[in-house]
Amino acid sequence: MGDIDCLDPVREALLDDLDTGFAALYDAHRGLVFSTALRLSGSWADAEDYTAEAFLRAYRALSGYPPERIAELQPRAWLMTILMNVWRNCARAKSRRPPTDLREEPVDGVDPGQDVEADAVRRETGDELAELLGRLPPEQRAAVVLRHVVDLPISEIAAVLKIPQGTVKSHVSRGLKRLRALGGVR
Amino acid sequence: MTQDPLLTGLAALAVDAPESLLERIAARWVRVPAPIGELSVASTDQGVAYVHHGEGFAEAFRKRFGRPLLPATRPPAGLLPALRTGRLAGLRLDLRGLSPFQRSVLDAVREIPRGEVRPYSWVAARAGRPKAVRAVGAALASNPVPLLVPCHRVTRSDGMTGGYVFGTPAKERLLLGEGVDLDRVRALAGERVFYLASDTTGVVCFPTCHNARRITPAHRHGFRDLAQARAAGYRPCRTCRPGQEAVR
Repeated sequence: MGDIDCLDPVREALLDDLDTGFAALYDAHRGLVFSTALRLSGSWADAEDYTAEAFLRAYRALSGYPPERIAELQPRAWLMTILMNVWRNCARAKSRRPPTDLREEPVDGVDPGQDVEADAVRRETGDELAELLGRLPPEQRAAVVLRHVVDLPISEIAAVLKIPQGTVKSHVSRGLKRLRALGGVR
Repeated sequence: MTQDPLLTGLAALAVDAPESLLERIAARWVRVPAPIGELSVASTDQGVAYVHHGEGFAEAFRKRFGRPLLPATRPPAGLLPALRTGRLAGLRLDLRGLSPFQRSVLDAVREIPRGEVRPYSWVAARAGRPKAVRAVGAALASNPVPLLVPCHRVTRSDGMTGGYVFGTPAKERLLLGEGVDLDRVRALAGERVFYLASDTTGVVCFPTCHNARRITPAHRHGFRDLAQARAAGYRPCRTCRPGQEAVR
């Protein structure tokens, strides 16, 4: 990709008008961001939180960027970098809190229909495989999800995770190997 | 290319974002008619968050909320009736960004009926901080939803109209439009009358209270402060509730 990317329509829209550009950014990448968040976190509610947070952070950052900065932006990789930060921060914050606190968290804004929806998705798309992903170490899970669930190229994953391409490849292959092993054990 | 079932299975784990998710992220805006001209109104999935009059709406919203602002297809439910009648039934407000004090100030203001005014000190007392009169002024000056939370109905105790987010002239137009007799309020204040009592009911009110407006001249008595009215044997009106600080 890289080469054709210089005519990124999302970037053009962002340069034109921040709010219209944001709508274009959201439309172009909402599935990518949400799928990644869902398969990293393993939870529908968390995936909604992370996606909303990532897009809000993106908007707030964009509103402070000068046009030169936006003109150089690779919107997809940039957005995914923000999502990975959100995921890491939230995962860290959660691990610090005792589990009882999590259950006491306010659940406002959560549509009761979502559980049903989430169940349906899990059944349709392989509950087991999604659960196995959760048993991978975070760096392997991230690499496998970005490469094989949402189909990002290795070079972009390296940029998003800020690791060398060779490391991405080894995380992916170790992750896949582990998934096969975990799947076989059952 | 590959028929590896693991890779096929992983690719099948991609899903689309739920339809409603954008509404959690972005606010929607509309322009609507109001008694002081057109207003720009922004709302989120939680309710109306921002009401703006005049130029610079989008910039002001962005600065204050840091949230994308997209056009709405129609005004949120209950907004047009609320602006027309002053009644908020069925209209939700999104006041998440406010401090607990600001919220209690706005809650107090929402109790003031159309066509009536209350002093800042009354709001301070209703909000639980009778001494925070200046803070009430500041909280009202940053009211994100003017007209819907009718901060124009809060006026100075000396009979002057006082400041307003959209300017004092707009405040006076709104109050006159609701039937508040500003000239009379000012004339009474000029005579140092801030409370009106009826010797038939034994009740003392704020001058714009609907109970006070019914008192016939022969039975009407003006007072400078509530202590005098009490000393003369009058009890505070239960509708407009003057002397909140004492009543509790």
